Amino acid sequence: MRPVVELEDVWVELGGHTVLEAITMRVGEGEFVSVVGPNGAGKTTLLKVILGLVVPQRGEVRVFGRPPRDLGRDRARIGYVPQVEEVDLRFPLRVFDVVLMGRYGTLGLGRRPRGEDRRAALEALELVGIRDLAGKLIGELSGGQRQRAFVARALAAKPKLLLLDEPTTGVDPAASESFYELLRKIQETGVTVLMVTHDVGVVSRYVDKVACINRRLVVHGRPEEVVTSEALAEMYGCAALFFHHGRIPHMVVRPHADFRKEGT
Amino acid sequence: MSLLGYVFMQRALIAGALIGATAGAIGVYVVLRGFSFIGAGIAHAAFGGVAIALLLGIDPLWGALAFPLVVAWGIAYTSRRAAIKEEVAVGILFAASMALGIFLLSFIPGYRADLFGYLFGNILAVSSRDLFTSFVLAGLVFTAMTVLYKEFLFVTFDPGMAEVSGLPVGVLQGVLLSLVALTVVLSLRVVGAVLVAALLVIPAATAYQVVRNFHHLLLFSALIGVAEVVGGLIISFYLDTPSGPTIVLLSASLFGLVMILRKRSA
Repeated sequence: MRPVVELEDVWVELGGHTVLEAITMRVGEGEFVSVVGPNGAGKTTLLKVILGLVVPQRGEVRVFGRPPRDLGRDRARIGYVPQVEEVDLRFPLRVFDVVLMGRYGTLGLGRRPRGEDRRAALEALELVGIRDLAGKLIGELSGGQRQRAFVARALAAKPKLLLLDEPTTGVDPAASESFYELLRKIQETGVTVLMVTHDVGVVSRYVDKVACINRRLVVHGRPEEVVTSEALAEMYGCAALFFHHGRIPHMVVRPHADFRKEGT
Repeated sequence: MSLLGYVFMQRALIAGALIGATAGAIGVYVVLRGFSFIGAGIAHAAFGGVAIALLLGIDPLWGALAFPLVVAWGIAYTSRRAAIKEEVAVGILFAASMALGIFLLSFIPGYRADLFGYLFGNILAVSSRDLFTSFVLAGLVFTAMTVLYKEFLFVTFDPGMAEVSGLPVGVLQGVLLSLVALTVVLSLRVVGAVLVAALLVIPAATAYQVVRNFHHLLLFSALIGVAEVVGGLIISFYLDTPSGPTIVLLSASLFGLVMILRKRSA
């Protein structure tokens, strides 16, 4: 399997704090990988490193075999779904217009979107299953629908690598599961998917690999290896309680003190 | 004599229509981006610039043009570096350039008439040369808005993603603020430094209440802007009131009316 993302001994320091420490990992073509870890573990920074928005102090990053900053036009081969809160939802834009923005990066300065761009936007809406909502305002969608709209925007440029940052924040569990199904469907079209999440349990049923990050890469492997390992407990710095439910164990994470008090 | 019989009034009305359209359109970005305060900051910077130019004996237009542009890029730079909060930077600039303007103007004998005109607008002050400048500035703003339509939209809606897509976000935000600065300079004669910001905000905020689509918002805001500036000028002609406050009161009333009607219908 050809690697799509390669990180070698990557160190990132932001504002005097080490955010990422000696991260070495590879994501192969066509894989679906989730990056899990506690708040402030450097998960978002990891995505920004891959996007070339953050340049590591040390180490090497290659995306499609090249440093992200040298990708040029191939930058459009990376789709990105940021955390939703960064966008003003009162903006008077239809869902279709938002998805069409996904094509802007490939168009060049001053160029207007054309027929093929509109077609790509509609196809992306079709794929994520909200084509019927194309004419609604972005602020009128539910959390889950909106998340799909942002995935469609990322897909409109027909990327080979899709990066998602906490895409199921504020989305109810049932909608989260069908969202992960969608990511599987996208993966089946040949897209490599890398998703940052704090949802350690459920997501394990859908992904090929889990990477646990807490500044360092704690473990990176198949979900069943990772979830049953001591690594999660170490990563969260708290007691991890597993219960088996189907093939993959689910996990409940609680602060250590509470865990003791309840005596479970 | 009817109002169109006066040459100064003809000039003021043409300039007013240009101002209304330009401020209305660029104001959409100001409102959506939450830049209302920045608009006010830039307007006051223009006043400081005018004072410096008058004192140096050069055309006030150059001062009004150069000073806000420096401030606009200063704001764009500060907001990206985030060493201090944007509104703090604007808050300081706002008061300081206003103070500088009045401080400097007090050294010029007989400054009071000029001062009042620059602060609150003076329709008698629109010369044929001002009119020519207005056409050039408005043309510049509209050309930039047309060519960079999709870039401005992207940068305003989602700067983070725009950067990921490889757009030069810092430069585009600087250009957008420069267009705001040009609009302020364009409007200075007719509306005055104190009230220019209202022209950037009120038409867009009024249109925002009734429109569901971004490019309709641009169009409606520009049309509302034209109607309000021209209407305000006509009222100020007959009531013999300063043009700036008359325009702003008319705009604010229309905004309030639309808001009430919309609440009723909802």
